[in-house]
Amino acid sequence: MRAQFVLSEIGVGLRRNLTMTFAVIVSVALSLALFGGSLLMSDQVNQMKGYWYDKINVSIFLCNKSNAQNDPNCAKGAVTEDQKKAIRADLGKMSVVQKVTHETQDEAYKHYKEQFGDSPLAGTITPDQMQESYRIKLKNPEQYKVIASAFNGRDGVQSVQDQKGILDNLFGLLNGMNWAARAVMSLMLVVALMLIVNTVRVSAFSRRRETGIMRLVGASGFYIQAPFIMEAAVAGLIGGTVACGFLVLARYFIIDNGLALSQKLNLINFIGWDAVLTKLPLILATSLLMPALAAFFALRKYLKV
Amino acid sequence: MIRFDNVSKVYPKQTRPALRDVSLEVEKGEFVFLVGSSGSGKSTFLRLILREERCSHGQVHVLGKDLARLSNWKVPQMRRQLGTVFQDFRLLPNKTVAENVAFAQEVIGKSRGEIRKSVPQVLDLVGLGGKEDRRPGELSGGEQQRVAIARAFVNRPLLLIADEPTGNLDPQTSVGIMKLLDRINRTGTTVLMATHDQNIVDQMRKRVIELEKGRLVRDQARGVYGYQH
Repeated sequence: MRAQFVLSEIGVGLRRNLTMTFAVIVSVALSLALFGGSLLMSDQVNQMKGYWYDKINVSIFLCNKSNAQNDPNCAKGAVTEDQKKAIRADLGKMSVVQKVTHETQDEAYKHYKEQFGDSPLAGTITPDQMQESYRIKLKNPEQYKVIASAFNGRDGVQSVQDQKGILDNLFGLLNGMNWAARAVMSLMLVVALMLIVNTVRVSAFSRRRETGIMRLVGASGFYIQAPFIMEAAVAGLIGGTVACGFLVLARYFIIDNGLALSQKLNLINFIGWDAVLTKLPLILATSLLMPALAAFFALRKYLKV
Repeated sequence: MIRFDNVSKVYPKQTRPALRDVSLEVEKGEFVFLVGSSGSGKSTFLRLILREERCSHGQVHVLGKDLARLSNWKVPQMRRQLGTVFQDFRLLPNKTVAENVAFAQEVIGKSRGEIRKSVPQVLDLVGLGGKEDRRPGELSGGEQQRVAIARAFVNRPLLLIADEPTGNLDPQTSVGIMKLLDRINRTGTTVLMATHDQNIVDQMRKRVIELEKGRLVRDQARGVYGYQH
């Protein structure tokens, strides 16, 4: 195998098919940029989940005197000491529970004051009107329903609330965007593959003289196919490199500088450079192997060996 | 060198066989003409030897190998021992004469040293010394065919197959090409040449194989063209 000969053949092939090669590079670059983008997006969602799920809990709000008058759940009156003990004891027995904290009416009032201290409404509230509650930290935040079914409707319990529900809307939106990105990516990938197959076909046709002679003088199938496959691989790799560039630029301009989301949205902790950099080898490998495979199968159809 | 045992070839979707029960043998060092009108099966005969096609019935042996049993990946090795020349030359127009010949060696992985040695040698043999850097477009038909013969011969094949090599050439040029093929034959290379050229066959007085509608109708040592078209 003479490397120089094969390399010069690849160069000739890529230049002869310049427009097609360009189309392959662009479509590979776009589809793999979307691919990497969607990988990073799910990384980001997971990271946010980890961060937020750690801080959220399920609250069991207990009936107070004013609830007893106007809330059907509290028709049997305000919660009693016995009921509270029973609830506390039951929570202690549940395996999904990691930690329970008790918030008294006075504490709830204090927190309320901290949050809404300046508003005119805060002045009209008295500790009596606040609800006592149990704040429950779950081992797995997804298991909210176990608590809800055990305590909803129980005497002395006004309601069970899950903060995760609020976050889930946000994550649902992000996941939806992620799936949309994947759908576009798949479509682009199909386009890229079809372009590669077509490029190989045109390339095989424009070089049929050469390949015909190669066949006649006894060049091996590998020797005949290698320039075509490597042509596709080189074009793909260029596309993959461009895609990597896109991702790095996107991380730089959206999170750190330019849009600078990391400074504007302090509550979200964004994925770091390591998350981006670990995706790059995967993208480069895909950009090399996928076109090469596509070319290999296209050649089986369009190039007699 | 070549042995056909009761060989028939039927192409898919055709009822009439292209070759019908052909048996013959060509020995090492022979010079054989293959004649017959268009559609008589000459091309099929050559394609079977090159293993571009496989026969439907019978056995084809080339260089001692049963081609039906030769696995696909071994076919290139077999073809390296064959040289092929066509009516339409099949040269690469964007390569020089020397590059065209070298191409046949590059693609089977010969070293550059070997190529540098054998290309001028074979170009001298075919009488193109000094025209290494011309392109096929700048050469006459006869010279182009000499390049093609040089390319077919550069790897020193045991068998040279020529499919109407003089079909595009005038009679005088054709004589030159035949002299060259004769010289190659004298180096020990078996030559099998399909042709329509009556004068050449009559002058050379070599073995003649005639096909008609796929059947072998004549196999004559020191034969003549023998039929009118």
